[in-house]
Amino acid sequence: MDKNKNSYIFIYSVILVVVVAGVLSLVAVLLQPKQAKNLEIEQKRNILAALKVTPETKDVETTYAKMVKEIAVDEAGNEVASDDALKLYVANTDKGIKYVFPLSGKGLWGPIWGYLSLNEDLNTVYGAYFDHKSETSGLGAEIATEHFQSQFSGKKIFDKSNKFVSVKTNKRGASNDNEVNAISGATITSTSVNEMIESCLKSYLPYIEKSRK
Amino acid sequence: MQNKRKERIFLDPIFRNNPVTVQILGICSALAVTVKLQSAVVMALSLTFVVAFSNVIVSLLRKTIPGRIRIIVQLVVVAFLVIVVDQFLKAYFFDISKQLSVFVGLIITNCIVMGRLEAFAMSNSPKRSLIDGLANGLGYGFILIVVAFFRELLGSGTIWNYQVVPQAFYDAGYMNNGLMIMPPMALIAVGIIVWIQRAHQQRKEEGK
Repeated sequence: MDKNKNSYIFIYSVILVVVVAGVLSLVAVLLQPKQAKNLEIEQKRNILAALKVTPETKDVETTYAKMVKEIAVDEAGNEVASDDALKLYVANTDKGIKYVFPLSGKGLWGPIWGYLSLNEDLNTVYGAYFDHKSETSGLGAEIATEHFQSQFSGKKIFDKSNKFVSVKTNKRGASNDNEVNAISGATITSTSVNEMIESCLKSYLPYIEKSRK
Repeated sequence: MQNKRKERIFLDPIFRNNPVTVQILGICSALAVTVKLQSAVVMALSLTFVVAFSNVIVSLLRKTIPGRIRIIVQLVVVAFLVIVVDQFLKAYFFDISKQLSVFVGLIITNCIVMGRLEAFAMSNSPKRSLIDGLANGLGYGFILIVVAFFRELLGSGTIWNYQVVPQAFYDAGYMNNGLMIMPPMALIAVGIIVWIQRAHQQRKEEGK
């Protein structure tokens, strides 16, 4: 048979692609539940990281179940039961009740996300966790490191006159309670972190203000 | 005679004709995944799996593959196996798959894989292709593990995430070498291995 005939090449590639696609779909379907489970554990681990709790992988679920309660609020700041409302997490830690807010935004190259936990006063930051899909390593990727995240502890999201200002990164260095040091060489990622925290917390603002009173 | 040839198919890629140090292939991923021993080992196993099985599959198909689209067929086979590995890691080794991130996907473009398919599997039997694939994967993995061993030891003071440099050293003023964690150091480490190997081989050949 002539292997260079167009019909042979055409049929050959069709069969090859169909077989490969079939096997791959099968693999994807079989492994999907396990992968979804991993992502769920990963999310719980991130939430716990914002609470400065870092259990072993196998203990993540039990620790999470013991400490964290998921609640949802609507835009007016009322607690609701529906699933498509804004989610937040209330945690009962040994240092008192903490509120964890999910954050998501876009960095320089791709999505960035994280969790910010506030003390019971809903003003002082307790802990923060950030991660990213594809920021530059050594620069933007530093947001995922301990030394950047630990700066957030003790910072405040309201200023002295009780106005919501969020926590911002400052290139010239933190100058007050509402600022942390930005990362040199990663201006866009640092600014993205600002925008992410501010815009995400803003949607929870009615709830935060209501609960503070 | 037959046995001797098989032995060479297996041993050559590990030492005398190592894909990384002699053919200088697959350097890119060698730099990226060798900060920690653990990720280097997983990467080495993944690559060995992909080279070995793509070699076997292509070798089985070699008499049917139309010459004009052979590279595309090889790529499909490689991509298929890489996706299987990637999905598998995501399901069972989630933490490691997070560290390796894009590099598993980049096995598709690893020159070692395509090189072996084109140079060996297209013209050899499945059995010999399997040996060749395993050997090349192990040859690559061997270098990766050596580099990762030194980078992790000197850069983080750990081996396989276990602290091996005692605290007393740090108290006495010893510091982890931050440069070891950066990619350039991997290049230098690979360079040193290439140097050692070439010098050794040259001496052997001159001694003949």
